Amino acid sequence: MPRRTALYDRHVRLGGKMVKFAGFEMPVAYQKGIMSEAKRVRSTAGLFDVSHMGEIEITGSDALEFLSKIITNDAASLNEFQVQYTCMCYPDGGIVDDLLVYRLRDKYLLVVNAANTMNDLEWIVDYKLGFAGTVSIENTSNSISQLALQGPDSQRILGKLVDLDLEEIKYYYCQYTKVAGKEVLVSRTGYTGEDGFEIYSNVDDAGLLWDAILEAGNESEIEPVALGARDLLRLEMGYCLYGYDIDETTTPLEARLGWVTKLKKDEFVGKDALVKQKEGGLKRRLVSFEVKGKAIARQGYSILSDGRRIGDVTSGNFSPNIEKSIGMGYVELGLEAEGTGIEIDVRGKSVEGVIINSPFVKSTSLKR
Amino acid sequence: MSKIPPELKYTREHEWARIDGDIAVAGISDYAQNELSDVVYVELPKVGSKVKMSEKCGTIEAVKAVVDLLAVVSGEIVEINQSLSTSPELVNSDPYGEGWMLKIKMDNPPETGSLLSAEDYGKLTKETGH
Repeated sequence: MPRRTALYDRHVRLGGKMVKFAGFEMPVAYQKGIMSEAKRVRSTAGLFDVSHMGEIEITGSDALEFLSKIITNDAASLNEFQVQYTCMCYPDGGIVDDLLVYRLRDKYLLVVNAANTMNDLEWIVDYKLGFAGTVSIENTSNSISQLALQGPDSQRILGKLVDLDLEEIKYYYCQYTKVAGKEVLVSRTGYTGEDGFEIYSNVDDAGLLWDAILEAGNESEIEPVALGARDLLRLEMGYCLYGYDIDETTTPLEARLGWVTKLKKDEFVGKDALVKQKEGGLKRRLVSFEVKGKAIARQGYSILSDGRRIGDVTSGNFSPNIEKSIGMGYVELGLEAEGTGIEIDVRGKSVEGVIINSPFVKSTSLKR
Repeated sequence: MSKIPPELKYTREHEWARIDGDIAVAGISDYAQNELSDVVYVELPKVGSKVKMSEKCGTIEAVKAVVDLLAVVSGEIVEINQSLSTSPELVNSDPYGEGWMLKIKMDNPPETGSLLSAEDYGKLTKETGH
């Protein structure tokens, strides 16, 4: 039986088209459809239920040392209440997951992909067996709901429901506060490229928060946004989606996630393999591209150059915000430069494309 | 619940046909457009080309999936819906009206006997739908 989030009944009432996703029954679109939802997030604001995401808490006196060993980014550089995007790798450099790390007062909170939660947990617990320090690991996924309010009007909308000046929460920082009277953790994060917030609450408060935010967003014509539009929005930004653009067979360096891979820091799982890969030279690299015409380049389609296969599409869709068919995929190194002409084999038909430096859409998120 | 106009005929592949003399007007059902989500592109056959019942005659590219458009009957394409080249979303908003796709002059009108009635099509979408 697929699981349901605390907002399931609301999704159904809003006309959400429910599908099985990562072991959950989640809406793929509401009544107005994916295109409308994706445009709404870029024009004013949209609200997502992302309660299916997994949460893993790491505590103990050696939590930082432990965390530093299992992620590619530099956890030691985190200030209190700062958030960091990172990868977690296997010893061979393949990606276990991409995730957010929150440094809270007394613990680190990892927010991981829903489909990977159990696998991540097993991987982390396994690693702990050979770790001498004091650390405990807890899966708190079932007790936490997560909403994402995204779009240029996000601060104005959330501002109506908090006593805090939201300007105080900088990009990729978080704060404990009350939203509509409920205790939450709010971070200035998201995966759409827009300014916005992610709000972690008790499962029991999720419904009230959802309703309050939609109500507060009335003037902005806020819309609930589902998985379909979420996928489009992250693709417009060139952000990776686990299971599509990255997985255990790809490394962060290939996936242009070198910026969250700190090869200069001390030992971490995968470091040796990644250093070797960097020294030996990459063989392929993830790129974004746009396609001529409206055919969609879907996962698994071949990318060609002068008729020769040079890689595969990992994600593709039609962007309503730039009105173009766009995608991501791996190509042989040397052919990854912006402006390089490619072809996509769309069901036997060769369609012209060109490599573009993502993002395709100008972001409203605050500067780093 | 998806709309299934009683006066139309249907295929198991979720196309509909409105039979008018020896012309069949065709498109995809409300159920199909709903399953596909936003349609972004419809590739239709050329006017004057010949099509065969149940064989591929076009492509419907939607956000969620791409599917073949199958010919509801055999015959000659006499008209295609030009509006779909600029407004493919008509397939979503009005699948039985402005979202129609093509008109076929039938070679073999008795073929339509194998199409499903609205009632039978309704049962089919209930069996396979969710």
